[in-house]
Amino acid sequence: MYSKKVMEHFQKPHNYGRMKNPDGVGCVGNPQCGDVMKLYIKVWKNKKGEEIIKDILFETFGCAAAISTSSVVTDLAKGKTLKEALKIDNKKIVESLGGLPLIKIHCSVLGADALKKAIQGYQSKKKDDK
Amino acid sequence: MKHVYFDYAATTPVDSRVKKAMLPYFSEKFGNTMSLHSFGQEAKLVLEKSRETVADLIRAKPEEIIFTGSATESNNLALKGIAFANQNKGHTRLHRYASPHRYASPQQIQRFWRAKRCGQVIISPIEHPCIIETAKWLQKQGFQITKLKVDKYGMVNPLALEKEIRKDTILVSVIHASNEIGTIQPIEKIGKICRNKGVYFHTDAVQSFGKIPIDVNKMNIDLLTASSHKMYGPKGAACLYIREGVRIEPILHGGGQERGLRSSTVNIPAIVGFAKACEICKKEMGKEAQRLIKLRDKLIRNVLKIKGSYLNGHPQKRLPNNANFRFDFIEGESIILRLDLLGIAVSTGSACSSIKLEPSSVLLATGLKPAEAHGSLRISLGRWTTEKEIDYLIKVLPGIINQLRKISPFKVIKSA
Repeated sequence: MYSKKVMEHFQKPHNYGRMKNPDGVGCVGNPQCGDVMKLYIKVWKNKKGEEIIKDILFETFGCAAAISTSSVVTDLAKGKTLKEALKIDNKKIVESLGGLPLIKIHCSVLGADALKKAIQGYQSKKKDDK
Repeated sequence: MKHVYFDYAATTPVDSRVKKAMLPYFSEKFGNTMSLHSFGQEAKLVLEKSRETVADLIRAKPEEIIFTGSATESNNLALKGIAFANQNKGHTRLHRYASPHRYASPQQIQRFWRAKRCGQVIISPIEHPCIIETAKWLQKQGFQITKLKVDKYGMVNPLALEKEIRKDTILVSVIHASNEIGTIQPIEKIGKICRNKGVYFHTDAVQSFGKIPIDVNKMNIDLLTASSHKMYGPKGAACLYIREGVRIEPILHGGGQERGLRSSTVNIPAIVGFAKACEICKKEMGKEAQRLIKLRDKLIRNVLKIKGSYLNGHPQKRLPNNANFRFDFIEGESIILRLDLLGIAVSTGSACSSIKLEPSSVLLATGLKPAEAHGSLRISLGRWTTEKEIDYLIKVLPGIINQLRKISPFKVIKSA
């Protein structure tokens, strides 16, 4: 049912856990549908002065597809500038997972949404601080 | 890697004794039961002998057993066949006509169908999808479907059922033992109520047939569904017990096999296997049930030691081979796949619902919240389950639950 890549991420997910004092948090889904995804990001400035995702962690309640999606999103986003990270969409995620079953595509959409929300959360928080 | 099968409620391997009994009926004794020559008569003879064996297990008369191709088919025949044969029950005068007048205007046709009220069919909310979907279809045809309520153990209250029965109630269908949570219903009481009220009573006994004693007379059952592949027989054979005198219409029309109620060439090898499986179950049922109850209770005792774990279904009145748990903060599918990686096969619920994304309707009916229902796990034991296998599961399960909880965003309890 699942691709090799999905099972790899499912068995040994990367970057999971809770972050203390994150700069942005994105939480999507609801327990009713069986998927809740929470992404935490820490943002730093690189040498060029661009904002990059220095660190990213996830916590997920859900099926194997949801867990592997979360794991692969953290891999894709880590070290990217916010601009680049915002370009990560569900197609990219499905591609990196070597495909997802049709009924599980919504998990990849959740993954992309969670990342977007975390970044937007960070950006609005920054505005408020100013 | 070890391979451990804990999904006997989904299907069972064919017992080698059953396979041996079936083999001659593929290439040597291959006759069609409807043929008049000796090939056909030989097949007819073994068919009737098989019917006797199957009937014997539930103390029915042989002629009350109709062989079908699957439990889904049996359940469809029971619900549709009874509903249509008795659709005018309770309001005969109002519905003299089955369809609108042929010169009726579109408005008249619409009014006709709106006014047409066929009788009522009562089902429990924890039926298998093949009953629920059939009932939904009957509703579209104009029948009124009433779903009963169950308590937190998934138990139907016979008194509440009695209140639902009306003058136009045709049929009550309640699953004998839940395929998901294993709860055994008070069938005898329900049957008695239906008998007293003059309502047909059908029970889907797929999970209990051959595992716990059933007596259709003592339990006042009018129709009963059983399936071969859940009791170490082959797939492709099932039966519907229909009490003598019950009014029923066929859903398959044709050559008139099975007393005209199920036209189709009879699947002799599968039926011979089904009968052999019944024979074995009859002999071994008592001992086997005791053995399984011991294993099941050991499993339940140990799994419940995990913090935030609960037993679904009734603690005592449950199938000898069924244990169903739920765990806080994690989702069922991820537990299954993790166990599968260790060679252990379990399921979340009905195999038929595993490709759907909705939480189990059975668990929701017992009052669980959707998030709780998502975290459930069904472990079903069988003839070849050993204590060693149970120990293996008990050993690896806590670790998997812990790992998955570490990933979960919800508050994590410190695990034991």
